[in-house]
Amino acid sequence: MSATAVAAPAVHSLWTTAAAAPIHAPKIEYAQLSPILVVLGAAVAGILVEAFVPRRARYGTQLAVTLIGLAGAFAAVVGLAATGYATTKADLAAMGSIAVDGPSLFLQGTLILVTAVGVLAIAERGLEPQSREVPHVDAFAPQAAAVPGSEDEKAAARAGWSTTEVFPLTLFALSGMLVFPAAGDLLTLFIGLEILSLPLYLMCALARRRRLLSQESAVKYFLLGAFASAFFLFGTALLYGYAGTLDLGGIAKVVTGDAAPNAALNASAHGDALLLIGGAMIVMGLLFKVGAVPFHAWTPDVYQGAPTPITGFMAAATKVAAFGALLRLLYVALPEMRWDWRPVMWGVAILTMALGAIVAVTQTDVKRMLAYSSIAHAGFLLTGVIAGNKQGVSAVLFYLAAYSFVTLGAFAVVTLVRDAGGEATHLSRWDGLGRRSPLVAVTFALFLLAFAGIPLTSGFSGKFAVFSAAAKGGAVPLVVVGVLCSAVAAFFYVRVIVRMFFAEPRADGPSVAVPSALTGTAIAVGAAATLVLGVFPQWAFDLADKASVFIR
Amino acid sequence: MHLLYPVVLSALLFCTGVYGVLARRNAVLVLMAVELMLNAVNLNLVAFDVWLRDTLHAGQALTLFTVTIAAAEIGLGLAIVLLLYRRRGTSSVDRLDELADRPDPPHPDQGAGPDPDADQDADPDARPAPDATSDDQPRKAAA
Repeated sequence: MSATAVAAPAVHSLWTTAAAAPIHAPKIEYAQLSPILVVLGAAVAGILVEAFVPRRARYGTQLAVTLIGLAGAFAAVVGLAATGYATTKADLAAMGSIAVDGPSLFLQGTLILVTAVGVLAIAERGLEPQSREVPHVDAFAPQAAAVPGSEDEKAAARAGWSTTEVFPLTLFALSGMLVFPAAGDLLTLFIGLEILSLPLYLMCALARRRRLLSQESAVKYFLLGAFASAFFLFGTALLYGYAGTLDLGGIAKVVTGDAAPNAALNASAHGDALLLIGGAMIVMGLLFKVGAVPFHAWTPDVYQGAPTPITGFMAAATKVAAFGALLRLLYVALPEMRWDWRPVMWGVAILTMALGAIVAVTQTDVKRMLAYSSIAHAGFLLTGVIAGNKQGVSAVLFYLAAYSFVTLGAFAVVTLVRDAGGEATHLSRWDGLGRRSPLVAVTFALFLLAFAGIPLTSGFSGKFAVFSAAAKGGAVPLVVVGVLCSAVAAFFYVRVIVRMFFAEPRADGPSVAVPSALTGTAIAVGAAATLVLGVFPQWAFDLADKASVFIR
Repeated sequence: MHLLYPVVLSALLFCTGVYGVLARRNAVLVLMAVELMLNAVNLNLVAFDVWLRDTLHAGQALTLFTVTIAAAEIGLGLAIVLLLYRRRGTSSVDRLDELADRPDPPHPDQGAGPDPDADQDADPDARPAPDATSDDQPRKAAA
């Protein structure tokens, strides 16, 4: 980038000015950015709907705008992939800011589908108890700014207001998630990180019931998330100081020494410390989003406190986006640093798998248990990241697609089991659920078996792919630890199944609400994806394999 | 001026911010500490930008983005902290302890009666509004 800089003066100093080089206007390839642009457009349309459409018609309009936007974005992704942008025509769009290549398109497609299913669960309005004046009640606060229990709030509830802002917020979060795994430079990576995080912080605070827990989870998520993104940003600054460029490919060139010589870079010859500390801080920020162990503390609290449909969306989609970004950073910007980051990631992966699996055993709340299980799954995914080969990338892509649908389905089932206080998330309340509502219990058991990695479910295919890639990449001890942790994790999944089917139902036990077509579809899609990716995984493996080459 | 001075200053600012996040108990002060960390990054970016004579000024561009996003972030953060303050009358992060791993379940009989946390009922007339003390019940049960 600075190849055109003038030769360094005798004394290099911050006060000397560089010669002005002509700057050319950027070239933007709008067609290649269309998935992101369509989602952003739908989100802006959602804001306009919020402003101009009468309150009564907002819910339907918002749902339609959101689903049409998602369908358009998915069509754009499929169109780009079909015209060869995933393989032969892959390149960097928008002056190197957005990489349009196999992993980007695969993850963007996954994210859009996941969000579409998540939106169905978010749009559910038939589960809360209803009255004649207020026929439709969703899972969100009628007026988020009002103090719970205040007159304002009661008036809003009586008027049947609902927080339809969640639809544009979801779309904004999705647009950040689409940018995140496709980012071609650190600036875009940071923008993606923030755009995906900020709406999620808000959405966590919107629960209709147990608002206190919901707001607490939002504060915790926000404070820790802001802390982590500050670390991420400091790492970005240090890497920029090391490489003199924010491009991931450019950083890789400076690491290998292929970059054009730069007087100023040569003058600051203490580069390795900048590279190591900067890389570590960026990876720290990404591991926080992933929920890997030293940075996992927010996961159980936020998963438990947030409204359950939001938890499902967040758990599934954030993980997909953050792992995509982690893969791209490690494989595109820092591949030559492999001998430095691999030992650290080994430690993180082992800790993540072990702690997630072991602490989940002690949990008594379904949402908390699923949160710790998601930590354990982050560990399994990290083994695929550590593999360091093409097979590892395709395995992680497949695992992400499989895992996200299982997670969505599981959290959608959690919204159905209810009692007078709202969702009955305490595990003791799930005793004997299989006798009272066999269909719901069997579906939940399917998701739990997929989490545990039992054959014929997508969880098995994913774990098999990740572990075999890691073994091929020379991480056999890691695979052994992974299999042991899967065994521990299987224990607590099976324990829930035993509770549901073999324990005596309690007299005052929860009832299972009959979902509307929305949540029903979400659960059905989740279950179908779990079975299809478990029984016929080959086509998805092929797809992920074709999509597993990063553009540099 | 050598690059070392701004870089060391920004590292010190960043460490002050980290200390602030870890040591402050008031959520607003924690937010201020996070801002300090972000500004340390800005200083670093601008210093590197000038030092490296980046013709595209990528560092300064990122600084502008950081400033904008930090503003958005602080606005959102204050909104969330304000929500919590209105409900609880405190913005101390130490009192955010209802979501935590506990050896014994916080609500062993959850759902047997009206949940004290169920702030919002779909039918507001069916149940008296939860009073201010209802917030303390889960905490006492846990203690």
